[in-house]
Amino acid sequence: MTIVDVRTPDPKKFIKGATGDWEIVIGMEVHAQVSSEAKLFSGASTEFGKDPNDNVSLVDAAMPGMLPVINEECVRQAIRTGLGLKADINLKSVFDRKNYFYPDLPQGYQISQFKQPIVGEGKILLDMSDEQVEIGVERLHLEQDAGKSLHDQHPTMSFVDLNRSGVALMEIVSKPDIRSSDEAKAYLGKLRTILRYLGTCDGNMDQGSMRADVNVSVRRPGGEFGTRCEIKNVNSIRFVGQAIEYEARRQVAILEDGGEIDQETRLFDAVKGETRSMRSKEEAHDYRYFPDPDLLPLEFTQTYVDELAQDLPELPDDKKNRFINDYGLTAYDADILVVERASADFFEEVAKGRDAKLAANWVINELFGRLNKEGKDLSESPVSAAQLGAIVDLIKEGVISGKIAKDLFEIVWTEGGDPAKIVEDRGMKQVTDLGAIEAIVDEIIAANPEKVEQAKAKPGLLGWFVGQVMKQSQGKANPQAVSDMLKQKIGLE
Amino acid sequence: MSVDTNTVKRVAKLARIRVSDDDATRMTGELNAILGFVEQLDEVNIEGVEPLTSVVEQTMKKRADGITDGSKASDIIRNAPASEDNFFMVPKVVE
Repeated sequence: MTIVDVRTPDPKKFIKGATGDWEIVIGMEVHAQVSSEAKLFSGASTEFGKDPNDNVSLVDAAMPGMLPVINEECVRQAIRTGLGLKADINLKSVFDRKNYFYPDLPQGYQISQFKQPIVGEGKILLDMSDEQVEIGVERLHLEQDAGKSLHDQHPTMSFVDLNRSGVALMEIVSKPDIRSSDEAKAYLGKLRTILRYLGTCDGNMDQGSMRADVNVSVRRPGGEFGTRCEIKNVNSIRFVGQAIEYEARRQVAILEDGGEIDQETRLFDAVKGETRSMRSKEEAHDYRYFPDPDLLPLEFTQTYVDELAQDLPELPDDKKNRFINDYGLTAYDADILVVERASADFFEEVAKGRDAKLAANWVINELFGRLNKEGKDLSESPVSAAQLGAIVDLIKEGVISGKIAKDLFEIVWTEGGDPAKIVEDRGMKQVTDLGAIEAIVDEIIAANPEKVEQAKAKPGLLGWFVGQVMKQSQGKANPQAVSDMLKQKIGLE
Repeated sequence: MSVDTNTVKRVAKLARIRVSDDDATRMTGELNAILGFVEQLDEVNIEGVEPLTSVVEQTMKKRADGITDGSKASDIIRNAPASEDNFFMVPKVVE
């Protein structure tokens, strides 16, 4: 495979070494568990957290004579994912055996796809703070997951649970187009967002349904690619960033000392924040792939692919553009809203028939801010889209001020209820009666003659007066009306 | 194509089969005889011929996504030389 370098070296991303600058080159292999009821080649359940060996059929345990039969839903999900990655779909693909020995692999081989994967080249767009970056996807193939070994249950024995054995995985391989840990984290985040939008993988890294192998090498900016090390099974986006930062610096230190990088597999130790060499598995990389004689080639029609393409949901990039164009949101706000489909849907419900920018502001700053603070998910929000929409209406209609709206939000958050009724019942309405405001304004002016004189020279002091009036009115006066009236009375126009 | 004794030993090791030096030497001869026999097939012109994946023209059967199996942990581990709480127990393997 010839590697084409599609990126221009960017000094902002370089590592400063003792002998000059270094550029990091990263490629990722992400294993994403396909969302399906049953496994790739058997009828056993994929449910997480069941008792040991409960989700195991005789096929998964590799009993003699058992034959694999493919789950059509896994094929459908792989094609849909390929379409979501704007990738080429191969109407014919082939399953191969990848041979190796390990106690959690009862077959002695993993059924995977080697030369002819189901999905070919695609791409993922990353919105970095100052640029948009396109990362190439090399391929996506279907394969079986292995079982799980527990090493800490017994002094001399390992325990093996085959519940995960045979669960369908999509291995999504990027091109080596990533040039910093931030881009790597953004890539993983964006991929997870796309998978979740499509519903093809739940993206839960803490349950192992999405795991990343990270290939890291360093080179002189724009120079020849260096020797890479593969960091296996990193299970959080944050750890991916830490592992890359550590590994790149480790390699730079070796090269600057005149050493060479050994191509090897490494593990990330999250506790120590470092990578270390896995016990070297000599000859382990000779997998002796060959087509699985138990399985015919996987074939489907272009019509089938076209039908799946038609039923694809709106994807994050399209949704973001629509939010910017149709609702007039900033790219920043749109980015935050489209990360999760649920957030985007919630926003659209609040924004429907309302001032979209105001709605976005309240969804992002007040609601998401509050949810974050309490460590809650949107699905656990005590404030519904309808309630938040009602608050936005009350602000827009001038019934309450922005400040009172925050108090109102607090009440709805803790007590619930209809915002309009709460405002009515508790006398939170903004005072728009100019006579009432004028009385307070006059009172404040009369009580502070020195400040009035100072304000004439320093108009900035007007804010103090507005504050006093707002305080006196218990926040219910319209700040704009108060400010206008003060300017006029003090003579600042 | 032919193999030497080292290759035979390597293949045996990858397959986790213990082979003595004497056996490896003997097998090298046997394997080369087999490979030589198979090599005759190289004489056939297969230009433009798709690899045969099935003797009968057929497409791969697919299964609907439903749970039809499992919940038989005791059956699964029945042949295991050692087990505990329905886990297989194997000599410790640690990376």
